[in-house]
Amino acid sequence: MSRRQTYAAAFVDALLDSMDEDRTVSLIGSAPLGLGPERHLTNQLRDRHPNRVMDPPTAEGGVASVGAGAAMAGVRPFVDLLTGSFVYLAWTQIVNEAANGFYMSGGKLPVPVTYHCLEGVRGAGAPQHSQSPHAMLWNAPGIEIVMPAMASDVYGLIRTAIQSPNPTMVFSHAKILGVESAVSDERAPLPFGKADIKRKGRDVTIVALSIGVHHALEAAELLAQQGIDAEVVDPRTLVPFDEEAVLASVEKTGRLVVVDEMPLRCSSASEIAATVAEKGFQHLKAPVQRVTRPDVPVPFSPPLEQALTPDAEQIVCAVRRITAEA
Amino acid sequence: MTTDPRAMRWEFLEKMLLIRRFEEAVGRFGADKDFPGHYHLYIGQEATGVGAMAALGEKDRIASTHRNHGHVLARGADPMAALAEILGRDAGLNRGRGGTIHLCDPDLGFLQTSGVVGSVVGLATGGGYACKMLGDGTLTAAFFGDGALEEGIAFECLNIAALWKLPVIFICENNSADAWGMAKGGYPTLVHASNDLRSIPGSMGIEAIRVEGIDPFAVYDAVSTAAARCRAGEGPLFIETMTRRWAGSAPLWPELATGITDIGMATGRTAIGDGPHRDWYETNDPVLRLARELAAEGAEALARVEQIDRQVRDIIETAAQRALASPFPAVETAADYVFAN
Repeated sequence: MSRRQTYAAAFVDALLDSMDEDRTVSLIGSAPLGLGPERHLTNQLRDRHPNRVMDPPTAEGGVASVGAGAAMAGVRPFVDLLTGSFVYLAWTQIVNEAANGFYMSGGKLPVPVTYHCLEGVRGAGAPQHSQSPHAMLWNAPGIEIVMPAMASDVYGLIRTAIQSPNPTMVFSHAKILGVESAVSDERAPLPFGKADIKRKGRDVTIVALSIGVHHALEAAELLAQQGIDAEVVDPRTLVPFDEEAVLASVEKTGRLVVVDEMPLRCSSASEIAATVAEKGFQHLKAPVQRVTRPDVPVPFSPPLEQALTPDAEQIVCAVRRITAEA
Repeated sequence: MTTDPRAMRWEFLEKMLLIRRFEEAVGRFGADKDFPGHYHLYIGQEATGVGAMAALGEKDRIASTHRNHGHVLARGADPMAALAEILGRDAGLNRGRGGTIHLCDPDLGFLQTSGVVGSVVGLATGGGYACKMLGDGTLTAAFFGDGALEEGIAFECLNIAALWKLPVIFICENNSADAWGMAKGGYPTLVHASNDLRSIPGSMGIEAIRVEGIDPFAVYDAVSTAAARCRAGEGPLFIETMTRRWAGSAPLWPELATGITDIGMATGRTAIGDGPHRDWYETNDPVLRLARELAAEGAEALARVEQIDRQVRDIIETAAQRALASPFPAVETAADYVFAN
């Protein structure tokens, strides 16, 4: 059986089931689904577990630190850091405290904290409320990075994040909270490090993350009308990263486009492109293409914002550049 | 640990001497370049760590700082494993991954030992969050220096601890008195606009008291009272323990400026001369102070002081030799422990 559900509703279901199952799970954060129309969904959490939903002060570093320390002391907090841009306020606590804990203790101190934020170009966010820190975080060893794209992904990935003995950061793109997709009635935690082939194809591999998956699927439909059969690979987690699935797809198609809504340099797209260049060069029939934001802050003015943000059309153009002679 | 105050004095002396001899061994290793990097010694603050740990329960959590050696030893960590960690050896408390700044023994309730001074306040607040959520009557004690309160994270987390009434004892070891200061090439001394650190937690309604940090009984009493109140659900408390900065506490690379502690200065067998450190030997050194008080009780007590010192020196000497002889971690294990399974 399957039904349709929004990303936000599946997100809340995952928290509800995690809190029901384990009394050491709590939510530190007042509005993990933001202040938009999905906000009310989190009332279910307050109703069912009033003592395990904590409204913190505006102290992103503070709650990140409390989450790390609490996890070291044996509970499993889910800490919401609001907008991705605010993750920088918590940076030391995430990358220098939580991410180092297990290693620095010589394997004696697990840190099972989960962090979450709403990242990305959310519309009218201007430079300071549109940031996406996931690729920066990929450069900090010791933290698992989760990038759900669909309702069917976010449920199982959050369940796994909370159960994980490691610090985990879940990035939800602010613009996909209300997007509906099919979900199975029988849901379970999803393993990390297993990419999901969102669309099978034989001509080109599009590796996309989070909202990029939605753009890539739209692009694939447009490309299909032009006779190009695109495969859309969603890694779902950056750490651990499913190199095998990406390389297998590129081996089949011989062409790679990587989509990531980050500035170009040192984006996740860059890292994925480098990995394929290093380990799958022999499969490539054309240069790898990266579809990202340029290295420019996100402007407020809507047409400027739109011009700089990756979308289906940009992905189609990138695919056309490397399939022109195909 | 006994609760008989007379017996407790001897236990305090033994633990304080153990820390002192341990730190002197680390100072020797440092001078001999047996390990690389900078380090911090707990000399002069032994009474705080020993008095505070004695007041905590077995299941309580502890968050420590860069000046942690005394905390892990006072809590009962193996001196050989602690020394081996400082030397970067595989037998170290943390298999050589942390080193001197990060000694941490989770089996004894330690959370991560952060070298970022303000983080200790935050991680301990998290420890208190867990204690409260588990509802098992435990608490978390944080040990940090006066510098920790200069970082913003301390403000954020004191506020959270107060708002949520978390069972945390914030123990601020203020060793800024007699510090060299920038003018003499040292750290800045106290660089707070507030000249009374108690006013910082005080502004959030956290009761804050100040005790003499070289008196283990004053610290023990203060932490015992705070622990009872924390366990009763009253929320966090703040204790500022005042110590004089030990003369050897040079920035980053300490020197044993006051020499290897001569217990004779407590028993009267060694005269204290008119040198630059006279005040230290006579008044400010917490180890000599307690040893002197005990030795003054008679010939038997004096002999017991000397015997404890001999025993402790043996323990540390043996631990030091074993640690130095122990192997480094195998290089092929360098990438182990990034993630737990």
